[in-house]
Amino acid sequence: MDDKYKNEFGAFAPRPQVEKKFYDGKYILAGLIIFLAMVALPFLPNVGKTIPPPERQLDTPVIKKIAEKDRKCIMPTEWMRANHMQMLVDWRDNVVRSDEKGAPEVREFVSPDGRKFLASLTNTCLDCHSNKEKFCDQCHNYVAVVPNCFGCHLQEGKKLAEAK
Amino acid sequence: MGIDRREFIRISGLAALLGLGGKGAFELLRPGQVEAALKPEAGALSGKRWAMVVNMQKMDEATAQKCINACNRVHNVPDFKNPNDPKNKLDPEIANRYEVKWIWTEHYHNAFVEDQTNLPDKVKQMAFLLLCNHCDNPPCVRVCPTKATFRRDDGIVNMDMHRCIGCRFCMAGCPFGARSFNWRDPRPYIKDTYPGYPTREIGVVEKCTFCAERLAQGLAPACAEASGGTLIFGDLNDEKSQVRRMLQKYFSIRRKVHLGTNPQVYYIV
Amino acid sequence: MLEKALVGTKRYYTLLAVLAGIFALGFLFYLQQLKVGLGITGMGRDVSWGFYIAQFTYLVGVAASAVMVVLPYYLHNYKAFGRVTILGEFLAVAAVTMCVTFVLVDMGRPDRVMNVFKYPTPNSVMFWDIIVLNGYLLLNILIGWNVLECERHSVPPPKWVKFLSYVSIPWAVSIHTVTAFLYAGLPGRGYWLTAIMAPRFLSSAFAAGPSLLILLCLLVRKYTKFDPGREQIQSIAKIVTYATLINVFFFFCEVFTVFYSQIPDHMLHFKYLFAGLDGKARLVPFMWFSIVGMTVTAILLTNPKLRQNENTLAALCGMVILTTWIDKGLGLMTGGFVPNPMEKVTEYAPTIPEGIITLGVWALGFLVLTLLYKVAVSIKEEIRS
Repeated sequence: MDDKYKNEFGAFAPRPQVEKKFYDGKYILAGLIIFLAMVALPFLPNVGKTIPPPERQLDTPVIKKIAEKDRKCIMPTEWMRANHMQMLVDWRDNVVRSDEKGAPEVREFVSPDGRKFLASLTNTCLDCHSNKEKFCDQCHNYVAVVPNCFGCHLQEGKKLAEAK
Repeated sequence: MGIDRREFIRISGLAALLGLGGKGAFELLRPGQVEAALKPEAGALSGKRWAMVVNMQKMDEATAQKCINACNRVHNVPDFKNPNDPKNKLDPEIANRYEVKWIWTEHYHNAFVEDQTNLPDKVKQMAFLLLCNHCDNPPCVRVCPTKATFRRDDGIVNMDMHRCIGCRFCMAGCPFGARSFNWRDPRPYIKDTYPGYPTREIGVVEKCTFCAERLAQGLAPACAEASGGTLIFGDLNDEKSQVRRMLQKYFSIRRKVHLGTNPQVYYIV
Repeated sequence: MLEKALVGTKRYYTLLAVLAGIFALGFLFYLQQLKVGLGITGMGRDVSWGFYIAQFTYLVGVAASAVMVVLPYYLHNYKAFGRVTILGEFLAVAAVTMCVTFVLVDMGRPDRVMNVFKYPTPNSVMFWDIIVLNGYLLLNILIGWNVLECERHSVPPPKWVKFLSYVSIPWAVSIHTVTAFLYAGLPGRGYWLTAIMAPRFLSSAFAAGPSLLILLCLLVRKYTKFDPGREQIQSIAKIVTYATLINVFFFFCEVFTVFYSQIPDHMLHFKYLFAGLDGKARLVPFMWFSIVGMTVTAILLTNPKLRQNENTLAALCGMVILTTWIDKGLGLMTGGFVPNPMEKVTEYAPTIPEGIITLGVWALGFLVLTLLYKVAVSIKEEIRS
């Protein structure tokens, strides 16, 4: 067994005699502790906190005005839940980048059942869902995503427009 | 990458097959509905080559100020010299550096630096309204590394502030100084937030868009509307348009024509 | 090989700690910049690129200059440079690292940096610059590392490494050419709108980069058992001499065209830099120091005695680095933006946070450089013993 040992250059050499012990233990442990601390760091602020699962709140004035049977979103709820972000990005690109190299100017969205909507987060979505804190933020906070739509777009936009 | 209409339909179809979408998604797969999903807004103004004519014969400082105010209001352009909260007060020199300008005034010799034609003294003392020239051959579009600035088919040089990475190459590229950067959060410096238009975040470039959002609703640009006929906006490709008739009737100048960017803001002097 | 960077003297660890400390300080200020915006710098709507992009431009030159030791070695079979190519290549790696970091630090929306690849735009020079810079970084890491590894085991480097070395020669020229094209293609910026921009960039790069390499060689000799060699240093000194002379010549070519043609929007920028405009003359003393200093240094470098004395050589190299840095770091950026397109003068000076962030990036670069040089020098020492 010993005579078959090859070192890293492929040359035959006697197997190195190394005492069996835990070398550099304190460095390894210190390193491990620092590593674990860094891994744990992002989780620390949330330790002990429970964030309640979001509850859908649909009791905004605009929605209440609509008859029970007509209360439906522009697309089926399940679809919206899964795809609203991509839909908003598409709306955005269609509106902002319209007329770029022949792309048609599209500011209108037609739902599968033929209803027409203006492709606009603040004017269409927030019209019904005027309770952004409940409707948008609650869920986004729960799943820890931070969309930056409202860094520019004004959530109070609709309200301000009506006040004027 | 956005999903296109087909992808949109395909995903919802799959969702339906997996029993996630329910009845609604099946409705979606009904033929004939698909291609009609997105349509241009009815009544939108459309032209082939938008241009602006500034009639300096009618221009005075009050009118210029009206145009500037109208633009600043409907685009939520911040005024760094006048914070809403006194604790955000800035040193005047810094406020100048941060300044965001969509439309502003300069004296003749600043507006037309290479074109010191022998014009009447009256004209030379006037304040010229400057804005993005929406060049036919825009250097800002050429240099943008993400196509955040792009030229539309109707000639408008538009900004996609969702895509801008804030490299400011366009600011170096623009020979007219028409571009502004958000050096800090503008919101504390916007007096009356206008609900019909977004504000901006830090780190993106902005500029005049010929009111693309108003054109889509069939409205003229805010400055033209406020100018009482001093600023004339229209389609240069339409022989009957007022811009066309004005340019045929009167002598006009443009800024830095020699650079070959072909600016589309004309000044009748 | 990396293990060589982990063991060293106390002085080595101290150096690393100091550099890491400066980097960390810069990083803290950068977090502040992310939060408040680029408004914490001295830039503004008129001078919209400042210290960061200036450092970037300067360091692209330093990176490109590695070709000045690689080229004689690979194309002219100048064996003596075999000893220093690795130092040149690792210097390039550190310099490009700084370049990329400076670009990132200068961006208003670093969170969207991937948009450059998501929406590739070949008509933007910026797009090409990002490609050539990252390519050059990769090339130098691959070549440097492999050549060193082979040297350690006394085997010739594989063919593909040699092939990459040839590729890296035009590539080095390309990084600084493309960087010059960032500026030289903009209408309405008279100071930059000149076909000699790329040649000027290259000449100042081949003056400053090898100067820095000479200083680093002298340091390596002083503090380690590895001697890059007197002949090598002298050969690089000749390169510095020629490049500095050419750089001065190009500058005067520029001055002639601008002032003989008398085109105002080209002249105004020079007037601002060398005489001041509208009573604003913040850069005037720097610019005169730069061009006079560069000219005198170039002339002194032609004297073999001064070049052969390594003390005077070091001083002259220091002057080359300083004067080209003022020319390209301070003058180029501010000079291009002042006066603005309305011919108004807004001056620029970096702020303290901007300076600290800049220092932080330099510290990062020197940290990378120290680690890489430690590896290279340790291997060289190992081979000799």
